[in-house]
Amino acid sequence: MAQTDGTLLSAYDSDGYYCEIYGLPGQPLVETEQTRRRLDRISLDQLRTRSADAERELYNFGITFTVYTQKDAVDRILPFDVIPRVISAADWKTIETGVKQRVAVINTFLRDIYGAGKAITDGVIPGELIYSNPNYRPEMEGFTPPLGTYAHIDGTDIVRDQQGAFRVLEDNARTPSGVSYVVENRHLMQRAFPDLMAGVGIRPVSNYGDKLHEALAALAPKEVLDPQVALLSPGVFNSAYFEHIFLAREMGVPLVEGRDLVVQPNDQVFMKTVSGYKPVHVIYRRINDDFLDPQAFNPESMLGVPGLFAAYRKGTVALANAVGTGVADDKAVYAYMPRLIKYYLDEDPILANVETHICREPQALQYTLDHLDELVVKPVGEAGGYGITVGPRATQEEIEACRAGLLADPANYISQPMVRLSVCPTLTEEGVAPRHVDLRPFAITGESTWVLPGGLTRVALRKGSIVVNSSQGGGSKDTWVLE
Amino acid sequence: MTTYSLLSRYAEAIFWMARYVERAENLARILDVHESFSRDMRGGQNWGAIVQLYADEEPFAERHDEASTEAVLEFYILDEAHSGSIVQLVKSARENARSLRPLISTEMWINLNTFYNRMRALRPEDVAEERIARLCGAIKESCQSHTGITEGTFYRDEGWYFYQLGRLIERADQTTRLVDVKYHLLLPSPEDLGSNLDIRQWNALLRSAAGYHAFRRVHPSGMSPAKASGFLLLNPLFPRSVAACIASMDSTLNNLRALYRLRGGADALEVLDELRAVYHDRSIDSILERGLHELLDWTQLRLIDVGAALGHDFFGYEPEQAQAQDL
Repeated sequence: MAQTDGTLLSAYDSDGYYCEIYGLPGQPLVETEQTRRRLDRISLDQLRTRSADAERELYNFGITFTVYTQKDAVDRILPFDVIPRVISAADWKTIETGVKQRVAVINTFLRDIYGAGKAITDGVIPGELIYSNPNYRPEMEGFTPPLGTYAHIDGTDIVRDQQGAFRVLEDNARTPSGVSYVVENRHLMQRAFPDLMAGVGIRPVSNYGDKLHEALAALAPKEVLDPQVALLSPGVFNSAYFEHIFLAREMGVPLVEGRDLVVQPNDQVFMKTVSGYKPVHVIYRRINDDFLDPQAFNPESMLGVPGLFAAYRKGTVALANAVGTGVADDKAVYAYMPRLIKYYLDEDPILANVETHICREPQALQYTLDHLDELVVKPVGEAGGYGITVGPRATQEEIEACRAGLLADPANYISQPMVRLSVCPTLTEEGVAPRHVDLRPFAITGESTWVLPGGLTRVALRKGSIVVNSSQGGGSKDTWVLE
Repeated sequence: MTTYSLLSRYAEAIFWMARYVERAENLARILDVHESFSRDMRGGQNWGAIVQLYADEEPFAERHDEASTEAVLEFYILDEAHSGSIVQLVKSARENARSLRPLISTEMWINLNTFYNRMRALRPEDVAEERIARLCGAIKESCQSHTGITEGTFYRDEGWYFYQLGRLIERADQTTRLVDVKYHLLLPSPEDLGSNLDIRQWNALLRSAAGYHAFRRVHPSGMSPAKASGFLLLNPLFPRSVAACIASMDSTLNNLRALYRLRGGADALEVLDELRAVYHDRSIDSILERGLHELLDWTQLRLIDVGAALGHDFFGYEPEQAQAQDL
């Protein structure tokens, strides 16, 4: 029997949180026992060495996101934590079916609001939330994209609460990113920790490119037998450029920029090649709606392709994701998602939202006002975390300012309890310690919906922090879904 | 399975990636050979010659008062504000490689990425005169690693041909400069001609072009400016000779056109024909008689024409943009 103070995990204490490796305090997960045992055999020094090797490899491979300072482009790696997050087969089943349900509703919802608008007529969701939403595209009214699908690639941000239940934090139905890290992290782990992984039975993630290409090719106009897919990127200055490269390479399709494409007067889209113009049938665009086509949207945009939207409406080229999907990943719409699931599918949500109070509704407003010191209050119109009041951490002044804001314009707010996010053992300065994590699984929808078994686990590397964003010191972990 | 035609932007990026690396390698060769010359008994060496050779007088004067050893080495190796410095050339190659990552092999990318990181980490003391030979050696080796990895891993589609064209056109251009630096700017005084000193310099020049041993196989004994420059310009079997580069460009472009049924490239072939005629039909003696420097100048201009014609036919340049990327 080894001395307890000598092993990697002996000093680990999840501090009362749900732990992704240990489970609830006092009820260790059976599924992760093998991994725990193997991890425990590695010394802290060895773990640090392998971790340093892995990060150097990431840097040399250029698996980076780019931060542009005034003077220069700085490539940063997303810090990689070598201790994996392990998801049992049963938990994965819940996530997978829950994500599929959510994607189905998102697509039905988008078909509805750009079509008959039944959910609005039936009073399930207020029309002004939709029609005054900056991401709503009236240009899409009366047009149904191929296969009736809007969100071909969807990412759902999921957290686990104190009891270990999964809860959806956010939908990303426009251009969710991060899938390249899922695949590259796995490859990195396979090189750095073959001993940890051998025989565990981890579901593979390396066929993402195949699945994506297959789904995209299915969107091409029916008469095209050999569809040409292309990935449209804003270019090397985009912070997610590595991911664009990754996806183009995994699919074996060209990574094009707006200047590589041209729309002919007959509304056919072509790319400029050394042997002249070649047709393009499906575009996985990693450019926002606004910049897609200066003729249809922002006329100042230099990134897009003039005439692309007209070609899209005519059906000569398919775009993924569809134009106008942004309405569905809005914070205000998110709050209605459980009701929309019930309305469209007559099902209960498999993955619950974080409990959300819609302050435009009088009861919810009153509840929010009565519990300001316990709740997180979020303006629905703001992006990037701006204007959020975290009740339990706010000063009395901030609470009162929040109250004034709520009373002045209740419809602009939602409130949620603060979730005690689950943790995962993570290599830190002081050894292996608990750090908060979330999860973004990726779903691809072509003829049907497929969810990549795994997803991006982001980890807040700072002690006590619940912010997992890469810009705020977040990192990522390999995510194992057990067979 | 669909194979798509090469995007014009990719073709241009790979052509220039090859050129940047080739230029960095040759710049290292030129600095190295110049350094060797400066160690001879004539004492101080004129580093300003390098600045003239690259027609960089103006940008150089903006930064430095005189063409001291330190200033020239700093300007051509480290200066991040100078697009023709080795660190910037490697950076440009790496940036092009970044936009080409769906096309090139992972090994090619990692090699260029780490090469650039090494170059970026150089400090001023690393380019001190006494360390220059070793540094230039390391740069040459990194460039050759790039070429070797590319040769061994690059998928042989249209991109490969544009890579070759970029490398060859730059190499031909740089060999003309290498000969020029010796013949035009370092011309020894008449009494040195054929002396031990002169022979040593030609030896050094051949070595810097990795051609000394090949030269000896052609000329087992003796060394003269005519023999050495004739070898570097006209020898059809030496891979860095201007004649070999031109012949290779010509066949590369012909193969590219034939294999992929491309209509473009005719203008470039026409200029290459003109170059071939000169480099195949003339002897070194007649070249020296008519003026070596004039021929080298003319050659450089014709190579610019070839680049412009490729740009117009394949990279989608408008005629007036044709030299936009030429440094």
